[in-house]
Amino acid sequence: MFHAKQREKHGEIPGPAPVTRAPCSAHHRQAATPARFCYPQLVRTQKYFASLLAVAAGALLALASFAAQSAPQSNPAPSEQQAAPPSAPAPAPLVVVIDPAHGGADPGAHGSNGISESDVVLAFARQMRAALEAQGVTAVLTRDADTDPSFDDRSAVANAQAHAIFLCLHVASTGAPATVRVYSLPVFAAQAPAQSAAAGLLPPPVEQPNSHPGLRTWDNAQAPYLDLSRHFAELLQSQLTQRFRGSPPAPAAAAVRQLRTIAAPAVAIEVSNVMVADRRQLDIMATPLADAVVHAVLAFEPFFPAATEPPTPAAGSAAPAAAGGH
Amino acid sequence: MSRRWVIAALILGVLVAIGAYELPSLRRHVSRLSSEGPSEAESRRDVVAPQISTPADTQSPAQIFWLAPGTSDTLAPATIQLSLSPDPVLRAKQVLSALIAESPSPAQRTLPADATLLQFYILSDGTAIADFSDELASQTPSGILSEQIAVDSITHTLAANVSSIARLKILIHGQEAETLAGHVDLTGFFPVGISSVTPATSNPQSPAQVSPGLLNQRSPAAPPSKP
Repeated sequence: MFHAKQREKHGEIPGPAPVTRAPCSAHHRQAATPARFCYPQLVRTQKYFASLLAVAAGALLALASFAAQSAPQSNPAPSEQQAAPPSAPAPAPLVVVIDPAHGGADPGAHGSNGISESDVVLAFARQMRAALEAQGVTAVLTRDADTDPSFDDRSAVANAQAHAIFLCLHVASTGAPATVRVYSLPVFAAQAPAQSAAAGLLPPPVEQPNSHPGLRTWDNAQAPYLDLSRHFAELLQSQLTQRFRGSPPAPAAAAVRQLRTIAAPAVAIEVSNVMVADRRQLDIMATPLADAVVHAVLAFEPFFPAATEPPTPAAGSAAPAAAGGH
Repeated sequence: MSRRWVIAALILGVLVAIGAYELPSLRRHVSRLSSEGPSEAESRRDVVAPQISTPADTQSPAQIFWLAPGTSDTLAPATIQLSLSPDPVLRAKQVLSALIAESPSPAQRTLPADATLLQFYILSDGTAIADFSDELASQTPSGILSEQIAVDSITHTLAANVSSIARLKILIHGQEAETLAGHVDLTGFFPVGISSVTPATSNPQSPAQVSPGLLNQRSPAAPPSKP
């Protein structure tokens, strides 16, 4: 038994004529003048031109939509200029980020009477949060339990805020009891890892070819805020010196590790000290401490209005967006 | 009882009486010797850190910064006679060893007694690297104030006695440490040099006593600029 195609080949069954060549040669033979295109070729050519037209139309449409998107920014029409101005984003509310240092496995300074720095600063922080919220100022804690976030985790809480002030709370092992000192970061400490890398003591930072030229590195996030931090430290130390006799009249500069990675005005407060005979000597400091912080924050707020656009990066630094949002 | 037993008992009794008489003075003598001897920390340091001396050393006055008497937050220089080398590296080792070992009183100490200076280098650009033993980190009292006092006493002492040092890097047992005892950042450099003193307040303190952190702080600017 033959296959159908084999039978066609042998002429048993008149098979379907070849689609292209046979009718074309027949047509050529019948026509008086030779045709330039045969029918199937003509159909394919028309389809080819239709496809070309469709692609061109699509490209034109894409070009037009791109031009429509960019035109209002670069060269707005006069009628658009007279239209209502775009609504400015609402300024971000001030958030005071309070960092009770240590915690968890790291109790901080130990007192001879079992006083633990991590417990004391957590109580101070809660009192400060309550006092600030009573004045309508939002306050958040980097930890609200006996946990020990890393330096960077604590920094991330502050750097995620658009408009923040950072307070790092400590209790010292030394210093005259019932005195309080405020510290801000000195200039030399703001560039610490970069300096070490330049001296060959640390590996150089990895170059990011696609990074924004103005981006600030996380390690030096405090650098553009040094002036603001020092000014806030002066206001705060002034308030504390009024409430705690024997405290220094002016803040000091210290290379406090926690402050270096904060992209906001940031200070450290250190209360003296855990060696007191009775924990109550520290506990009674909580209320005036919180009161001083509230007064300093309210006095500082006019110097630190909410930014409606990213701050202009200083030399060698960058926008806070780089440091925020880990 | 025979005569010989009586004589033996008498001799024994005399010996016991003499011993009982001498025992208190013997105790006093032992206690005096123990109090005059080096402490455990000093003995350990003598073994770990041998004396730094060269034939070229000369007896010279050195300014060492310890806590001012009666304070816990103010450094004050004390001038002592030390055998100092003309070589800046050896000289730095000598003054830092004196800073650790020769504190006038325990209350004026700024660095732990058990801490030792393991190595000291000065690079050609004026960068000094001081490598301390683990005790500097583990025994410095925790706190910004105490850690800043420790670092300032080192930088002030170097600045007063070794002129070729511009900045200092502190290592702990050969490694870079993130902090000294949990607070002060050791990842960068500390400026060295009295000339960089710029008090943060409008009431600058006398050069004789320096509060920690006042060095290297810029003069207060009036309204701060927003970054």
